[in-house]
Amino acid sequence: MSATAADFYRDEFARVDAWLPGRRLPWLRRARESALAYFADTGFPTLRQEEWKYTNVAMIEKSRFALAAPDRDGVTAEQIDGWSLPGMLRLVFVNGHYRPSLSSVGDLPGGVTLTGLAEQLERAPERVEALMGTVPAAYASGFAALNAAFMTDGAYVEFADGAVLDAPVELLFISTGPDLAMHTRNLVVAGAGSRISLIEHHVAAGEGAYFSNAVTGIVVGHDAEVVHHKLQQESRKAFHIAAVQADLQGGGRFTSRSFALGGGLVRVDIGVGLNAERAACTLDGLYMIDGRQHVDHHTRIDHARPLCTSRELYKGVLAGASRAVFNGKVIVHADAQHSDAYQANRNLLLSDNAEVDSKPQLEIYADDVKCSHGATVGQLDPEQVFYLRSRGVDDASARALLTFAFAEEVVERVDIEPLRALLETLLMGQLPERVKELL
Amino acid sequence: MLEISKLHVSVDDKPILRGIDLAIGAGEVHAIMGPNGSGKSTLAHVLAGHDHYTVTSGEVRYRGRDLLALSPEERAREGIFLAFQYPVEIPGVANIYLLKAAVNAQRKHRGEPELDAVDFLALVKDKLQLMGMSQDLLYRSVNEGFSGGEKKRNEILQMVVLEPKLAILDETDSGLDIDALKVVAGGINAMRSPERAILLVTHYQRLLDYVVPDRVHVLAQGRIALSGGRELAQELEMRGYGWVEAEAANRRKGGA
Repeated sequence: MSATAADFYRDEFARVDAWLPGRRLPWLRRARESALAYFADTGFPTLRQEEWKYTNVAMIEKSRFALAAPDRDGVTAEQIDGWSLPGMLRLVFVNGHYRPSLSSVGDLPGGVTLTGLAEQLERAPERVEALMGTVPAAYASGFAALNAAFMTDGAYVEFADGAVLDAPVELLFISTGPDLAMHTRNLVVAGAGSRISLIEHHVAAGEGAYFSNAVTGIVVGHDAEVVHHKLQQESRKAFHIAAVQADLQGGGRFTSRSFALGGGLVRVDIGVGLNAERAACTLDGLYMIDGRQHVDHHTRIDHARPLCTSRELYKGVLAGASRAVFNGKVIVHADAQHSDAYQANRNLLLSDNAEVDSKPQLEIYADDVKCSHGATVGQLDPEQVFYLRSRGVDDASARALLTFAFAEEVVERVDIEPLRALLETLLMGQLPERVKELL
Repeated sequence: MLEISKLHVSVDDKPILRGIDLAIGAGEVHAIMGPNGSGKSTLAHVLAGHDHYTVTSGEVRYRGRDLLALSPEERAREGIFLAFQYPVEIPGVANIYLLKAAVNAQRKHRGEPELDAVDFLALVKDKLQLMGMSQDLLYRSVNEGFSGGEKKRNEILQMVVLEPKLAILDETDSGLDIDALKVVAGGINAMRSPERAILLVTHYQRLLDYVVPDRVHVLAQGRIALSGGRELAQELEMRGYGWVEAEAANRRKGGA
């Protein structure tokens, strides 16, 4: 990498060091410094790396995004009402910093911790260290290293054994300005038999270019369930890089539903470790993009132990000159007999200038397994369009209706009513008036 | 109602229809019969406006207008209905929405007020009964997971709801068992009226036992080789299509 980017981030670290959370904690300080050293060595990923060959992040490397200080806050409660989903508990983050005054957590039952990571580092640093600090510094990329070096805050969600909340928890991340960097870290811990439903929601208060680098670590205990929804509505100029890693214990269930609608350059890595028997995961995703948007999803599911199940459906709708990448890896390890894995990636190209690279990868080292995958890239079926037109529906409406129906397959699986309604409204925002009356 | 003259149609530069002349008046039921590959389905699709087929010459007038100048959706709103031989499945679009969209597109086109959900459901319920279909079918995706017979029934349901002026039924009888055939025929017969024309495209004569046509035409090698009354269908059932094709071939040679 160019010396200038490494220098920039070293200077940047010196600039912000004084107010980064947990600076009195030696283990955290060491972790930040070693992450920075790793980044100085390896830098940003390049097109020469197999995992990054379709996604060029040179624009991020060239830009000089400044880590947003905690005091840069121009967001009002009215604005929060406009973005947020009704009927949820809510943690609000502005430019990567938790804002208790804008959040609504209410009276939580015993065994449920919902707060900001920085606050939790003050309150219970040993617990955070146990969850985070003991992990060896194996960064998936320079982005993960930058996140480890600069993380300011994030959600800390811990449910003790058997804990359940009636309402889902919305983690609302707001970016207010151009040229800012947000490195956030969420920690989610579901004790045995507990059930957590989260909505990680990214919105923009302005249209500028900024850099959001969000890492989420999730631990799913025995027979626990975590549903992680992600609704990404970043600005069209934003760089959104995200990594989610979920590790499951026996009988644990993890569901990820990722909706990528915004952002200029987007990369999402989702990893799931099915680490004990009878763990199960579902990964669903929908990317709906146009203009010059670029959205890249890399998922990896490790079937490490026997009798685990994974289901994956990613769908994409691409218009304009947009580009999508889907890389779905499923690894069935030698021990993992009776694994059951299914993966599908379906893409709808609405324009000749849109492009998708779809790569399902199955690596199977056990012999008694049930695994399959499929990938399709295509246009709207002309026979379906003709059928609708032959019933009096005009051409544009017929195409919009079929596009909506294609995307709806993923949306209709969302069981949080306000989220599903919002998603449908967003999808319908792209449809002609006439079609909305039909739905 | 419909006047087809000297219609030539190609698919991928291959001529399929080679000069069709056919006139159907209001109140009439015509049957187009013919062997596989004779161009029956092509004719049905061209009338509905499918762009896979290229009209190379000839003319089609529908209620005094140039039909070929209209888009498929305009034809539908003007009262043309094609019951497909192979209705497509449309996952994610509920039957009831398509039906309602179709009805209201027509009504709007005619300057009539659009039906709301309540009035629309009342209209459809009667027609469902006529077709022996249950109401949950309305909320399933269009044709998705339907059996062959259910798909055909669904086509006829759409027809009886839309009440077209010109109904074209493309091999609606194929793949139906005898009970389903009777239901479908009942639906078609319910549509017979002095204001409406019906064109039945069929390979077999058996539908014509239940829906008695006024005229029968035999299509062979892209032309109407023979026309007659309903007894022509019975003759074809007994003698097959070979002799018609042979005569048509002789005539083409003689004419050349």
